[in-house]
Amino acid sequence: MKLTGAQIIVETLIEQGVTDVFGYPGGQVVNIYDALYEYSDRINHYLTAHEQGAAHAADGYARATGKTGVVIATSGPGATNLVTGIATAHLDSVPMVAITGNVPCNLIGKDSFQEIDITCITLPITKHNYFVNDVEELADSIREAFRIARSGRPGPVLIDVPKDIQMAECEFERKPVEPCFEVNKLDTDKIKEAAALIRSSKRPYIYIGGGVLRSDAEALVLELSEKADAFIGSSLMGLSAIPSDNERFLGMQGMHGRYASSMAQKEADLIIAVGVRFSDRATGNKAKYVHGARIIQLDVDFSEFNKNVDVDVAINADLKESLCALINQCEQKDNADWRNRIKELREKEKSLEKKFDRLTPKAILDIMNENTEDDTVIATDVGQHQMWTAQEYRFRKPRTLVSSGGLGTMGFGLGAAIGANVGTGNRVVLVTGDGSFGMNLNELATAVTYNIPITVVLLDNGVLGMVRQWQTLFFDKHYSSTTLKRKTDFSLLAKAFGAKGVAVDSEEAFREAFKASMAESGPFVIDCKIDCDEFVLPMLPPGGSVDDMIVE
Amino acid sequence: MSKFIIAVYVDNKFGVLTRVTSMFTRRGFNIDTLTVGETESPEYSRITISMSGDGYARDQMINQLRKLFNVKKVELLEGDNSINRELALIKVRNSEKNRQDIMTCVDIFRAKIIDYSSSALCIEATGDTSKINALIDILRPLGIIEMCRTGVVALERGDSSILNK
Repeated sequence: MKLTGAQIIVETLIEQGVTDVFGYPGGQVVNIYDALYEYSDRINHYLTAHEQGAAHAADGYARATGKTGVVIATSGPGATNLVTGIATAHLDSVPMVAITGNVPCNLIGKDSFQEIDITCITLPITKHNYFVNDVEELADSIREAFRIARSGRPGPVLIDVPKDIQMAECEFERKPVEPCFEVNKLDTDKIKEAAALIRSSKRPYIYIGGGVLRSDAEALVLELSEKADAFIGSSLMGLSAIPSDNERFLGMQGMHGRYASSMAQKEADLIIAVGVRFSDRATGNKAKYVHGARIIQLDVDFSEFNKNVDVDVAINADLKESLCALINQCEQKDNADWRNRIKELREKEKSLEKKFDRLTPKAILDIMNENTEDDTVIATDVGQHQMWTAQEYRFRKPRTLVSSGGLGTMGFGLGAAIGANVGTGNRVVLVTGDGSFGMNLNELATAVTYNIPITVVLLDNGVLGMVRQWQTLFFDKHYSSTTLKRKTDFSLLAKAFGAKGVAVDSEEAFREAFKASMAESGPFVIDCKIDCDEFVLPMLPPGGSVDDMIVE
Repeated sequence: MSKFIIAVYVDNKFGVLTRVTSMFTRRGFNIDTLTVGETESPEYSRITISMSGDGYARDQMINQLRKLFNVKKVELLEGDNSINRELALIKVRNSEKNRQDIMTCVDIFRAKIIDYSSSALCIEATGDTSKINALIDILRPLGIIEMCRTGVVALERGDSSILNK
């Protein structure tokens, strides 16, 4: 059948199994929006308050479901507003397809109104991108974009479509969705080498990252930990893969990792890294991090081997395939001394906990733990609240954490929370701070429009707490530009947007408000007044190691 | 620090060179020379990169190139099993005093004079990088007006094509 470029875009999205897209209309995508109008019975479009919010929503949708998120924006500022969202997805390997309009081909390069070279701008933050200047190539470009976005290590792909290409007509034929590109075949010799290292190890530690969630390999990681008698620590991105209460799981390690997890990493004689890139925030001082331990790394992306740390055995294949092979090759181990040591570390960790009279972040997260469902999705912004959530929230099911790890994007949370709800239909709790929330709170309007059940737990301390913590510890309490002398009343603000809102300053009031919010069908903001000098602890100072850990 | 040469087959498409060079900036790679041109197959262009660095930089460069979607083949060309050449055009001041020195030099380096006027002459020289460097060092005191170099192009010795490896 003969279709316009705009119709081909929407047809191809439907062909790829897309049911929901996020975006914002504009002059150079008005044709695509006309096609969305025409196909509105088969594809839902969510209009956000800002293109950045739409990009984060597509990202949150993808993180919570594993499907590819889709965002649409117009040329010029519409496209540049996507940049932070695309970069966020890129650094956390999230499958996303961004479609932008551009000025007609004959106006390209003339500094036309709202013209921007978005393919060039997004080169370093996409897996690949396309500038489509022939309508005949449009459908196949979109198909290839989806294939690239979800293959191997996932990531964002952008397609820039000039307006005249959206208007041009050509023949279109639906095609079946092609399988992912093949990844490297497993090298069985490497599996044997890895199994030999596990055999001789007395203190094995499995270090997991977002790759475990991206490849649905959670159960296999647990199986390997049982067989190798190993314990599991996680990067921020690996959280929720293993239930927080599992006896094999020690929680996040790294700069703000949990005590037992970071100590176990330090004492391990073998680190089995699964779908994780040894980022500086997770390792601190690299030489001290490795401390003579042997390292096995499993990753679908070959470029991660020996990039941040040198590894002894690099296994490059699909994670599920390599984990299965490793489990089969591995003999049942019994590391009784290691289990005892982990028990001691956990007891020490417990002894570090303190009780306070005031409303603390830990108390807030404890109350959340008691009152959320197993499939409640927890979204966060970036800062102290994010680390407290990572440390204290008890995750029960995979993909229930939606958080910007690699890029550390303040303002990510609200858009991402909306996307996570659209994708899963599950209730979402956004834990945020007054700094992060202030960046993109306009998306409250979106949450109200679509009546999205989001509880916003706003840890309101009146400061940019994470930077303030650094200033307290390393900059002689020079609180340069981190004290927010604002007078925003967040509960009133929520009401102004048409959401519910309440301010609380005690555990009792928070518990009551949180329970009430969980029964709401729409967004509910809980403004939690907390002290401006709460610290995220433990902390490894920048460039430091576990030896320099600050615990109180 | 050592010098090495990497040959890359990429899709012969609009914008591919930008994708490759953008990656250099993003990853902080410093390259010595880069050449690009057509190949035996019209679908592909061949990029030759010469670079100095340690083994870490070399491996990172190869891995990051291999990750780019339009890159089809990446091959490290080792000194022993590859041939590499550079071409230089060097415009030198022509004077009665210098002329004989320049001619001798051109002769010894098996270069050619491809343009001649009363005040300047242009030399075309081909060879590996060290030979071109040596020629330039000798010509410099004689007065180089302007010069340009192509950067290294290289092929593997023997009968194979890296595309079919």
